[in-house]
Parts: sequence; C-alpha cells; structure tokens
Amino acid sequence: MTQALLAIEDLHVSYRGHDSTAHILDGVDITIGRGQSVGLVGESGSGKSTVAFALLGLLGDNAEVSTRRAAFDGRETSLGMDEATALRGTDIAMIFQDPMTALNPMFTIGTQLVDIQRRRFPRQSRRSLWARAETMLADVGVPDVAARMHRYPHEFSGGMRQRVVIAMALLVEPKLLIADEPTTALDATIEAQVVEVLDRLRQRTSASMLVVSHSMGLIAELCDSVIVMYAGTVVEHGPVHVVFSRPRHPYTRALLACEIDPYAAFDLSQDLATIPGTVPDPAFRPQGCIFASRCPARHDRCSERPPRRQTGEGRTYSCWQEAA
Amino acid sequence: MAHPVLTLDNAVVRYDRLTAVDNISLELRRGETLGLIGESGCGKSSIARAIVGLQPLAEGTLAVEGETLKDASRQRRLILQRRIQLLFQDPVASLSPRLTVRALLSEPLKIRNAFTAENWGRIVALAESIGLGEQLLSRYPHQLSGGQARRVALIRVLAAEPSIIVADEPTAGLDISVQGDLLNLLRALKDHLGLSYLLISHNLNVIGRVADRVAVMYLGRIVESGPTAALFRGPAHPYTQALLSANLTLDPSRRHERIVLSGELPSPAHPPAGCRFHSRCPLVQPKCATEAPALRTDEDGRAVACHFPLAARPAVIPQAIAG
Ligand SMILES: Nc1ncnc2c1ncn2[C@@H]1O[C@H](COP(=O)(O)OP(=O)(O)OP(=O)(O)O)[C@@H](O)[C@H]1O
Ligand SMILES: Nc1ncnc2c1ncn2[C@@H]1O[C@H](COP(=O)(O)OP(=O)(O)O)[C@@H](O)[C@H]1O
Ligand code: SF4
Ligand code: SF4
Ligand SMILES: [Mg+2]
Ligand SMILES: [Mg+2]
Repeated sequence: MTQALLAIEDLHVSYRGHDSTAHILDGVDITIGRGQSVGLVGESGSGKSTVAFALLGLLGDNAEVSTRRAAFDGRETSLGMDEATALRGTDIAMIFQDPMTALNPMFTIGTQLVDIQRRRFPRQSRRSLWARAETMLADVGVPDVAARMHRYPHEFSGGMRQRVVIAMALLVEPKLLIADEPTTALDATIEAQVVEVLDRLRQRTSASMLVVSHSMGLIAELCDSVIVMYAGTVVEHGPVHVVFSRPRHPYTRALLACEIDPYAAFDLSQDLATIPGTVPDPAFRPQGCIFASRCPARHDRCSERPPRRQTGEGRTYSCWQEAA
Repeated sequence: MAHPVLTLDNAVVRYDRLTAVDNISLELRRGETLGLIGESGCGKSSIARAIVGLQPLAEGTLAVEGETLKDASRQRRLILQRRIQLLFQDPVASLSPRLTVRALLSEPLKIRNAFTAENWGRIVALAESIGLGEQLLSRYPHQLSGGQARRVALIRVLAAEPSIIVADEPTAGLDISVQGDLLNLLRALKDHLGLSYLLISHNLNVIGRVADRVAVMYLGRIVESGPTAALFRGPAHPYTQALLSANLTLDPSRRHERIVLSGELPSPAHPPAGCRFHSRCPLVQPKCATEAPALRTDEDGRAVACHFPLAARPAVIPQAIAG
C-alpha cells in the first residue's frame, strides 16, 4: 500500500483546569489515505472538532497535545502549533460550519479569493490569481461569476456563501481538506448541492478529505471510511458500508438506531429511539469502558478497558463483546 | 365538522419592499402536527411570526377555533393570541441562570397574575408527568441535565395553557438522540394536553416521521399539501419531488433518484411570472412562464399547484402508517 497522507497514532489532548484536567482526546488513531475521504461521527462533545483543530494547530494555548507518532505527507510532525500553522492554508485547508467565520464582511469575494492564494502562489500576478478564482467559483456552481466576484459576502445566500468558502479552500490546492459540519447550516436543497460539489471535486482532484459531522447521511454520501468517536475515543472504525450496514460497537448501533427513515413502516404513536444517559464529563473519565454507563450490553468485564478487535473487513472496534 | 383549531386565510406578510408570504391559506386541525417545509427564505418563519402575533398580517385573517382575531375585542384578541405559543429554537438558552426551577416554572404564571394553588398544582403535576420530580424544583439550570433543562423550558411555554404550539426548527443543531427525546416529549405533551403543532423544519426525516400532514412552500406560496405518508411517497409537485429527493440518506439505492435543483431561490422582491417555480422546474412547459397555476384540492385532501402535476402514482403505504 502506498504511504498514507496522514497517520496519527495515539493522539491525546487535554485542558488543565484550576482543580482538574479534562482529558478531551484519549488515544485517537487516524489514518487518511491519499485521495481518501474519512468521516468523523459521534454526539456533540465526543471530540470531533478537537481532532480537526489539533490537525490545524488551532487549539488554545492551554491545550496539551501529545502523540506517539504523527506524519503528514511523508514528514514526521509533532502537531505543535508552529508546524500546524505552516500547513494550514497551504497543505491543509478548512471549511467551517458557518461560512461567515471564514469570510471578511468588509471585502469583496474577489479580493478575498485572491488574497487567500498569495501565500501559496507568491509569484503570480493579481490578474492571474483573479482568473483562477473566477474559474474555481464557476466550478463549485456559483452562477454569474464575473459579477459575483465584485460582491460582498452579505449579498450571497447561505448556500452560495458556503460554495465561496469551498472555492476558497480549494484554491490553495490543499492535500487535505477538513470540513467541520459543512452543511449543518443549510437546507436540504442546498445541502444536496454542496454534497454534489464536494463529490465532484473528490473525483477530479486527488485531495483527501476529513468530514466532521453528526449527520450519518452526509458521511454515508461523502466518505469511504468512518471513524465513530465517543467521549474522546475511537470506538469503531472501518469502511462506511461495513460500519453502517453491520455496526459492531454498541455505541455505533445505538447511534444508527436513532436515525429516522421516513419511508420505513412505523407507528406514529411509537417513541423515537434515543440513547439514554449522557456523555461522561471529560474531567471525570470512568475506568474501563467509556461507554459502560449507557451500554445495554454492559457486563462484568466492562469495568476493565476493552480490547480492540478486528473483523477482517478493514474494521476495528473496541468492546469486550465478541462480534455477534 | 368542528372548527380547525387555527385557520389562516389568504394571509400576506410584507416587509418594506418584498412580499414574503403571498396569499397563503392553512388549516391546523385539533390534535394534529402540521409540518411546513421549503427552502431557506421561502417564508416559513414569516408565517410562524404572523401566527404568533410577532408580525402583522398585511392582508388576510387568522382565526383561532373559528374566532377571527381581527374581529375580536382587544381583550378577547389577547386571550386568543395567548392560545398560540412559539417554541424557540434554543429554549434552554432562555432559562435565566439565576432562577431556581421553582422560580422558572412559576414566573410565567406570576407574569399574568395567574399564580393560584390550582394552577401551580397543575404545573407541578405536568412537570412530574415528564420526569421532572419535585426534588428538582430547588435546583438551578446549571445543575440540570440537558434533557431536564429542555423539559423546564417546555413547561414554561405550556404555562400559558396554549392549544397551539408553533415550533420553528426546534431540533436544529441537536444530536440525533437529543432530537429523539425532544420529539417524544412533544408528542407525549400533545396527547396529554390535546395540543396541535405547526412544525417547521429543514430536517425532512423529522417531518416525515412526526407530522400528520405536510405543507410545502416555495417562494411565499404553498405549492403542495397533503397527508405526510402519501405526499412523501408520491409527491405531485415537481418542487416537492426535488426537495424530497435532496434528502441525504444512508440507503445507497435511494441516491440515484436525486434531482439537484440548480441556482437559488429567486428573490421574493421579484418573483418569476407565471408559476414561480418555472425558472428551476425540470418539467417546465411554455404555459408555465405566463400562467400561475392555482392550488387545487382533491377528495383525498391532497392539494397541488401545478399545471402538469406528476401522475398520481399509486402510493404503496404500509398499513401501520396509513392506519
Ligand atoms: N424583517 C425582515 N425584513 C425584510 N425582509 C425579511 C425580513 N424577515 C424575512 N425577510 C425576507 O422574507 C423572506 C422569507 O423569510 P423567512 O425568514 O420567512 O424564510 P424561512 O422560510 O423561514 O427561511 P429559513 O428556512 O432560512 O429560516 C426572505 O426573502 C427574507 O429575506
Ligand atoms: N478550549 C477548551 N477548553 C476546555 N474544554 C474544551 C475546549 N474545547 C472543547 N472542550 C471540550 O472538549 C470536548 C469535545 O469538544 P469538541 O471537540 O468540540 O466535540 P465535538 O466537535 O465532537 O462536538 C467537550 O467536552 C468540550 O466541552
Ligand atoms: S465493553 Fe462492555 S460496556 Fe463497553 S461497549 Fe462493549 S459491552 Fe458495552
Ligand atoms: S406549473 Fe410548470 S413550472 Fe410550475 S411546477 Fe408545474 S410543471 Fe413546473
Ligand atoms: Mg464540533
Ligand atoms: Mg426560518
């Protein structure tokens, strides 16, 4: 197999508080192959955004980050702030949930799309960067590009703004594109347009993608493999179709059971599935299996840390239960 | 037949230069959940605001249980308007951190001078029935779980004894499990208190699962409405079909049918002539550009506004849903 674009083993992130330390990520492994698209799912607070921010060097000063090993594009890295900052905007680009956070309301879209390319292509003229930006905007499906380049962000609808942000991210020709909840702020019609744009780009460029979302549907449509996170740990990982059609970890199962299928036969008076209980406070992580307090399959052994199992389909999961 | 609990008749909502809601009629029947769907900017929240009285109707009427608000006395109007309550998108954020649960729950009664032993007893019983025991009354919001805080916020809305709840994107940004908890709670309260809901959401799965009927909006107009299961399985309006097909799904077999609409919703300040959807309709015909289709209702309670509705496919509906 060719070398992965990104390989991180045993990522830990913690925040020191006044009386305790919150262990936010506890031994997360992530591998993203070249041209591969990996999804990161889990309830809020499971640490998805923290993973993304760690890769981008955007964690606060009070964050303590450590890894056993971290390599990006064949180079070892420490995920220290300086290195990550150097990668951000050139090798790694980010699409945020709210497009307005990435856009400056004071400047036209054209100016912003040109400026973003300056660091990556320092020798090119403004005119050629402008032309590149126009082409890219058209590529992501913005109509009437020549006029739109002179408009300000507030003159765009939510969906068009998110396209501008995607164009912005792609203009630097990143090796890795990180999208954190890229469609949560959009309605179904626009979400489908954005998914189509991302999907098209994925087939055309060799960029890898990390898609962070709690929408299983989005991950199913955009990703090759999925990492299921719970309370700062990876509980299951594998090809999307394997994990979603035959989930093994009780948490993955519980999460998928909550998905609503409006086309299935159901009884209106029947309750929707939920996962009783809450994610444990990262400052007080339980011993043993982290999911035990909410797990319907919990048994005596679960007070010890569960082993990581492989199922031979490229899937791993961490649980005391044998594959059922 | 009994009056619908809420009737909106030829309603128009205008902001200075544009008409966000253009001649819409809606009926909410007692005990039902009516889902309202459509693209961002099509006018859903404008309808919601008009119904709860936050936005005046430029034209048309609103009636609660058959009583038209416009014709009622000022005092009567206030009483009728109080029967309709808005559920905020993030109700938990509206809880003051300095008040105990007891104070939070009694506040709405005190505000309207209705704090009697009987009313308070009713609130406590309601709280108890959805899992908020008396032992929680002395706690502050930060000492509650997310689910408990949600229950407190909901009971505050219910303290006004509404018969109609307008919920605009109540599940946006929620985890799927939390979303399930909220929807279960809403249904339990509805059954218990005989409420009716107008539910606005971009989440088509949620609407498809909990709404009895659905109305689909496009650019300030209702383009289709009908019983949820039938409408989801056999949309008659090309816009409904495209909207439903856009829904992301875990089921790969369903993805092939996707119709991705190009372009954006036109501005309501300059709606296209004829059928408002004609600039994006995959099935557009010459007639569509000049003549606006009327909303026509058939005997099954399905209404559609299109010159060339999709052939009413025989919808195969599982018994459980139809029942
Ligand atoms: N206070 C206002 N002044 C002027 N125009 C407004 C105002 N509020 C809404 N609009 C416009 O009215 C139209 C309908 O807006 P509305 O908020 O009802 O849409 P919506 O269907 O709720 O959209 P979303 O799904 O994004 O919430 C839009 O074109 C919007 O820009
Ligand atoms: N700067 C911070 N200081 C302390 N705790 C934080 C900080 N940022 C995030 N957390 C905590 O880390 C956990 C994971 O958060 P996050 O990565 O945002 O999760 P997700 O993206 O999966 O919702 C949460 O418990 C959150 O409260
Ligand atoms: S290890 Fe035990 S508690 Fe944890 S997920 Fe498996 S069965 Fe459940
Ligand atoms: S009236 Fe014409 S343009 Fe409008 S939805 Fe029907 S077919 Fe499409
Ligand atoms: Mg997040
Ligand atoms: Mg709205």
